[in-house]
Amino acid sequence: MVRVDYDKCLYCAGCVGICPVDAITLYETRIVIDEGKCISCMTCVKFCPVGAMEG
Amino acid sequence: MKVDCLIVGAGPAGSIAAKEMASRGYDVLVVEKKQEIGPPKRCAEGITKHGLENLGIELHPLCISGRIKGAALYSPSGKKVTMEGEQMEGYVVERKIFEKWLASEAIKAGAKYMVKTQAMGMERINGKWKVKIKSIDGLQEVEAKLVIGADGVESKVGRWAGLNTVNKITDYHSGIQFEMANVKINEKYIHLFFGRDVAPLGYAWIFPKAFSANVGLGILEKGAKMKAYDYLIKFIEEHEDIFKNAQPIEINGGGVPVAHFTEMVADGVMLVGDAAQLVNPIHGGGITRAIHSSIMAVEVADKALKKGDVSKEVLKEYERMWDEEYGEKTKKLMKLRAFLEKLEDKDFELLADVLQGEDIYALTQAKLSFLIKKIVTKPALLGLAKKYLMD
Repeated sequence: MVRVDYDKCLYCAGCVGICPVDAITLYETRIVIDEGKCISCMTCVKFCPVGAMEG
Repeated sequence: MKVDCLIVGAGPAGSIAAKEMASRGYDVLVVEKKQEIGPPKRCAEGITKHGLENLGIELHPLCISGRIKGAALYSPSGKKVTMEGEQMEGYVVERKIFEKWLASEAIKAGAKYMVKTQAMGMERINGKWKVKIKSIDGLQEVEAKLVIGADGVESKVGRWAGLNTVNKITDYHSGIQFEMANVKINEKYIHLFFGRDVAPLGYAWIFPKAFSANVGLGILEKGAKMKAYDYLIKFIEEHEDIFKNAQPIEINGGGVPVAHFTEMVADGVMLVGDAAQLVNPIHGGGITRAIHSSIMAVEVADKALKKGDVSKEVLKEYERMWDEEYGEKTKKLMKLRAFLEKLEDKDFELLADVLQGEDIYALTQAKLSFLIKKIVTKPALLGLAKKYLMD
């Protein structure tokens, strides 16, 4: 399960567009990960421009 | 609530679609999840004059923050190649004003807008889409004959409609940008910096604005040794002459979908702009393509709605129109990108020696074959060019 470091997150939603299982949603300024869907594939962790996604 | 067309997302693609639909007399609702249309931008804000002219758009003067007459490209060692000419002229817009202006044009044409309103999901019932939206007024359901997904790289509309809109990490730049004040650089040019240690498989940019500049870069993860943010900090540190007394006034991130996604429609659904990954695969610019996609989508939507048939088969006409206009060029630009991704720093130096500004412009216009003639004296490049650029 991936976690979001909200001190770093710019809520650019880049991670949402790359998540293969649609586990991430941007609610206005907050990235939320659906624990039930996340498969810990780390794609968003690799992508995040500021390192706000933690595996 | 019942509408002819629900548009999710009020960026340039969404608001142009809204204006075009509303001016044809359709009932249009645009929902935007943010409390304010515009910020935070995921964009360097550059747009060419001819790109706008081709689309018949005359910017409101308040949208314009910088006026550009060319581009300066820098090799890893700092060799500079300058591109100028009418085709290179452009603007750096103030995106938050630009987007609000486009929205106001759509509203004048009759479109309805809701801000701080998130689309939560949608279901197809009896040939209509029922879309749940959540706003300050609570949860509501909108019944729409047609849904246009202008919801950006994070498009949910496409996924809800069963389209495979997932971006691949190999075709998706990790982008980061500061808008900075007091940047010392020629403000008549956009400045692009290349190199494996500058921005692996991408480039760094400086786009000057009225009293600031967008300073950013995009990288591909497979070539990167650290995060995009770290590359940007390094870039700023290594150009003390430009950034000595500059400070950030904004920070932006974003994914740049540099692959052409082919499936853009489903029954009663059309995707436009970033949601359909319609970005130029070489420079990553997306505003004009997004606007053009909306103009095409509405042309097809109008016919479909008049016929009373918004099935995937009918809406496919939009994909064909797009492909006719951009398909071949995009394929060539993807080849060029594959070639550029193979270049080491020493190869960029060779290219900087042989290419003039107008050659680089020709490349960005997908004219590739002349490159072979230009680099016959550089065997290291010739092999790569033959392998990646020739049919």
